[in-house]
Amino acid sequence: MRDHPLRATPRGPRRRAGFGRFAARSRKFVVGATILVLITTAALLAPRLAPYPVTEMHVLDRFAPPGGRYVLGTDFFGRDLLSRILFGYRTSLLVAALSVVFAMVLGSALGVVAGYAGGTVDSVLMRAMDILFAFPVLLLAITIVVVLGAGTLSTVLAIGIVYVPIFARIARAPALVVREQAYVEAARALGQRPSWIIARHVLPNVSTPIFVQATINLATAILFESALSFLGLGTQPPYPSLGLMVSEGRNYLELSPWPSVFPGLAIVLAVLGFNLVGDALQEILDPRLRQTWAAAS
Amino acid sequence: MTAYIIRRIVLLVPVLAVISAIVFSLMHLIPGDPAQVVLGFENTDPAQLAAVRRDLGLDRPVYVQYGRWLGRILRGDFGTSVRTGRPILTLLAEALPFTVELAIYGVLLAMLLGIPVGVLAGATASRAADGALQTLTLLGLSLPAFWVGAMFILLFSVHLRWFPVLTYPALLEAPWANLRGMFLPALTLAVPNAAAIARMVRASMVAVRREEYVKVARAKGLREALVVRRHMLRNALIPVVTLIGIVTGYLLGGSIVVEQVFAIPGVGRMGLQAIVQRDYPVLQAVVLVVAVLFVLVNLLVDVIYVALDPRIRYA
Repeated sequence: MRDHPLRATPRGPRRRAGFGRFAARSRKFVVGATILVLITTAALLAPRLAPYPVTEMHVLDRFAPPGGRYVLGTDFFGRDLLSRILFGYRTSLLVAALSVVFAMVLGSALGVVAGYAGGTVDSVLMRAMDILFAFPVLLLAITIVVVLGAGTLSTVLAIGIVYVPIFARIARAPALVVREQAYVEAARALGQRPSWIIARHVLPNVSTPIFVQATINLATAILFESALSFLGLGTQPPYPSLGLMVSEGRNYLELSPWPSVFPGLAIVLAVLGFNLVGDALQEILDPRLRQTWAAAS
Repeated sequence: MTAYIIRRIVLLVPVLAVISAIVFSLMHLIPGDPAQVVLGFENTDPAQLAAVRRDLGLDRPVYVQYGRWLGRILRGDFGTSVRTGRPILTLLAEALPFTVELAIYGVLLAMLLGIPVGVLAGATASRAADGALQTLTLLGLSLPAFWVGAMFILLFSVHLRWFPVLTYPALLEAPWANLRGMFLPALTLAVPNAAAIARMVRASMVAVRREEYVKVARAKGLREALVVRRHMLRNALIPVVTLIGIVTGYLLGGSIVVEQVFAIPGVGRMGLQAIVQRDYPVLQAVVLVVAVLFVLVNLLVDVIYVALDPRIRYA
């Protein structure tokens, strides 16, 4: 069964070469990817790069301005802002990545099963997804956090659950189409198990839109995590979180704006990175958008 | 049209039933004894606990409890706040106008900012201008509302002193002062949504641009401005209506953050305070009201959508 003649999904190499060519030409993609690589590296190497321990207080240097001993200055407790931002990135990226992976796996699984099975399974699953859509996202996330108790893991689950229906809808549509294709019928006629057909024929067809959506959702997940932390429902002090830093700094804006300004800029940079890459991917991978561009310009 | 509206309203019933069931089960999902949850965790008087248990009907089957709870809500009885002892309906009546005003104000500003930018990007022949506007809107989508709010306060209220800090008189009593005080919060809400609207309008304009009727308009020698306004814009804005609905819903939820930043006594802040103070009946009411408003806004948008585009007819 390894190299089945009925396998209809084109193999990777050619497509990947095409992807590389398009990606290199897209300035959005290059800029976004550069930002993301830098940020991820900084987050991974935070323990080595941070000039000071994250919770170390320099009482004599409270609200130090940027420059000098503290590159980005210090906060109310005299904690080094750069060090806290580096560690804050760790939390942000980790929560964003975990929640999106959770939503992607669960959501695409539900969507593919619903689309492939059809009938009652489809109706029940998709109505359940509609109900999740009936709540404003932030309100739903907050409610989940309240039920689970504030903390990093709850944040991951809250954001993940909110995103599940998005992935379910995206995965369902191509699954519905693929189900009717001759090669799937052939596979069924050959007596393949449904799980094998889904893995071999359906998943490759849904992976591209899912992948693009995941990139975009990473951007919004970072915003989400920071908003929950800002509200005091995400990462708990004294652990550094970018949203929490903005919130803490907000009370002393007149004394020193930097403890709010820099973490906010850090969030914007990360979100912009994901948005640039997501936007570029959409243009590169969706031929319709590419044609739109050609026709429009 | 009327048949469509009626059908949509009928379809709303099961959705609202499930939403109310979820909100009802909040009490049981929050760790701990529901009676203790209602009473607040500091109050451990056994007599009062027993009274609340009886009152909630916790000895009865869950569906009976749900029915009684729903019955009360439908009669406008949301219970009383555990913290203040005031009727929750009164609290909602005080807070809701702020949130609704903020959402409407925010949507209006978002449209005012977003539509022209989108039209410009979609109608321009210059690829550089389009690219620049696209980058601008992408940046707009990347801004965290709470940070933008804090920066607005810092810049416009603290440094420039253009806007008063955190004062919100009632809209009907002092309309001008109210609109002035609410401007920065509404603008904060509007920024990312203006970006989303601009991108949608642009994409829509680019799609419309290839339509036959636009080619015909050009071919018959209409001025470009007229082609854009009369033939492209009208059609391009139809899908935008849906987005504006989504935006409005988002604003209802998103205003939680903005209300917190700007200390606006709206429903979002009420809900957040309820979480901090573990005033769960208030939280329940807030979640229910916001979710129901959200569903109703979406219904309204779908109806407008059908009314706007005669090509769409949901039989």
